[in-house]
Amino acid sequence: MGSEILFFFEVVVGGLLAGTMYSLVALGFVLIYKASATFNFAQGAMVFFAVLSFVGFMELGLPFFLAFIVTIGLMVIVGLSTERLVIRPLMNQSEDTLLMATIGLGYVLEGLAQAAWGVEVRRLDLGIPDFPIMFIADAIGIFISALDLTAGAVAAFMVISLAVLFTQTKIGLGLRAVADDPGAASSIGIPLKHIMLLVWSAAGVVALVAGCLWGARAGVQFALVDLALKALPVLIIGGFSSIPGAIVGGLIIGSTEKVLEVYIGPFFGGAIEGWAPYVLAVFFLLKRPEGLFGEKIIRRV
Amino acid sequence: MSAAISTYSKSDYINFIVLMVLGFLVIPMTVNSDYWFTSILIPWLCLALATIGQQVIMGYTGQLALGAAGFMAAGAFACFNLILRVDGLPFFGALIISGLIAAAIGIVFGLPSLRIRGIYLMVATLASQFFIIWVIDKFGWFKNYDSSGIITAQDIVIFGRPYTTPVDMYLVILVVVTVMTILAINMARGSTGRNWMAVRDMDVAAESMGVSLLKTKLQAFAISSFFCGVAGALFAFTYLKSLEPVAFDIKLSFKILFMCILGGLGTINGAFIGAGFILLFPVLLNYLGNNVFHGAIDATIISAMEQVVFGVLMIVFMIYEPLGMARLWENIKQRLFKKKNK
Repeated sequence: MGSEILFFFEVVVGGLLAGTMYSLVALGFVLIYKASATFNFAQGAMVFFAVLSFVGFMELGLPFFLAFIVTIGLMVIVGLSTERLVIRPLMNQSEDTLLMATIGLGYVLEGLAQAAWGVEVRRLDLGIPDFPIMFIADAIGIFISALDLTAGAVAAFMVISLAVLFTQTKIGLGLRAVADDPGAASSIGIPLKHIMLLVWSAAGVVALVAGCLWGARAGVQFALVDLALKALPVLIIGGFSSIPGAIVGGLIIGSTEKVLEVYIGPFFGGAIEGWAPYVLAVFFLLKRPEGLFGEKIIRRV
Repeated sequence: MSAAISTYSKSDYINFIVLMVLGFLVIPMTVNSDYWFTSILIPWLCLALATIGQQVIMGYTGQLALGAAGFMAAGAFACFNLILRVDGLPFFGALIISGLIAAAIGIVFGLPSLRIRGIYLMVATLASQFFIIWVIDKFGWFKNYDSSGIITAQDIVIFGRPYTTPVDMYLVILVVVTVMTILAINMARGSTGRNWMAVRDMDVAAESMGVSLLKTKLQAFAISSFFCGVAGALFAFTYLKSLEPVAFDIKLSFKILFMCILGGLGTINGAFIGAGFILLFPVLLNYLGNNVFHGAIDATIISAMEQVVFGVLMIVFMIYEPLGMARLWENIKQRLFKKKNK
């Protein structure tokens, strides 16, 4: 194989793996959308909040696993209070109202995280190096970062477990019922409150995992919130209510933006990555407004 | 136009005259400190103008757009280049043309709104935000090939007289803001505004009643970006006094969104109330931090708390008063002057 083709593959594979990091953020978003038809704009802030708290607890001297568990507990509390204080009072309001409320929620979480832990950039060492794995490089000549590979594996694991949760368990059935029609679901005895609590907590845990991987790559800092915004085009391409869609969308965005950046970027002075995903999403929207795997949007007068 | 104007009541005229006297005579004569002009009044008026733009698209037409700062940047750099490259172009002429340029860009980025809505549209408008800033940043022509990254804005010259002192600049902005606010109020109260609101409340129903979605939505996008473009040019020429793309990043877009929502969706006075609140609240917090707590609280914590307060207010308003501070003000007025109204 020519070195140019090899380089192309390297770019694509790198992009695909980086795309799974977007997918992880998108996953938390889909989780909440599926169960409560709420666009949770605060998911990016939750990622930031979770990983900053995690690093903060470790700085206080907690060992890795204990800090992880304490942060999960914290995210459950965040989920609980969000459900109680924001989502429940706004039940039956329009989607746009809920969206704006979650923008407010994002601000609260970002502010609280910075007030509690400060604003300086922190390093997060997961023990996984962000360097190419040598034996893969030797065998096929493509450089793949170990961190990217881990992110891919974690994303795959999460998707499979969430898919099993949604389709194979009773809780999943309840979740889907609530998403379909909260009123009907609660009238046949599905505990709405518990379901919501579960979903928001699960989204918190997903946020923590995504935050750890992002933090290990880019440092734990405020810019993570902007990176998390890129989960939106991912969702648009994949569809808001589809877990596999979040992954496929992430892969498409990740690989396309890397290929564009490497092959077209130099002609325009680079940094195409900043807007390419959004423009890609717009073109996608014009063709398929519901995304690749989303349910068709039907509006009635 | 005359039909719309004739619908104003006597109290509207009195309010207008009082505000004009206050703005053009009382404030310039009584406020002596430059700080008030450069740090509060000038940015307040500029951002209020941008917020009116956001109101047109979001409050009146119901399209969730999140790219006001991008259009402000377009207006600012258009104005810079027009004054730089076109000899003898008067400042107000440049201002209007930069508004029109922003409006043209707004129409292009408003096209997706014909097919999509809600958060989908928000993502599409985010594309405009990032794309406009990127184009300005990467193509040297817009910045006149200045490598330092920060370009000083030209002085405002009107009829040969330079307007460079804070009071002068304040008066220039006040004239522009007054004219455009009257325009906005008239549009909102006339048939244009009724079409916007029909599309906001139920677009399918509006269409079946003969309101053209294509025309109404694109018109709203154009007018909204026109306001943002003019506001951006004023913002850069009077408040920032420099042109740098980073000043118009996504954070400014969010700020304007907050001003719009907290002020009250679908109101013009809400734009002024919201902009004033978002601008003044951090000033107040800093004042409290310095004078009450004597710097015992770290500045980063204060700015973080500011974010928390904005977020909490956003949620609280969404739950208890979705129509924002403008509605709150109406309610207070009604309680106070109940007898007069009846």
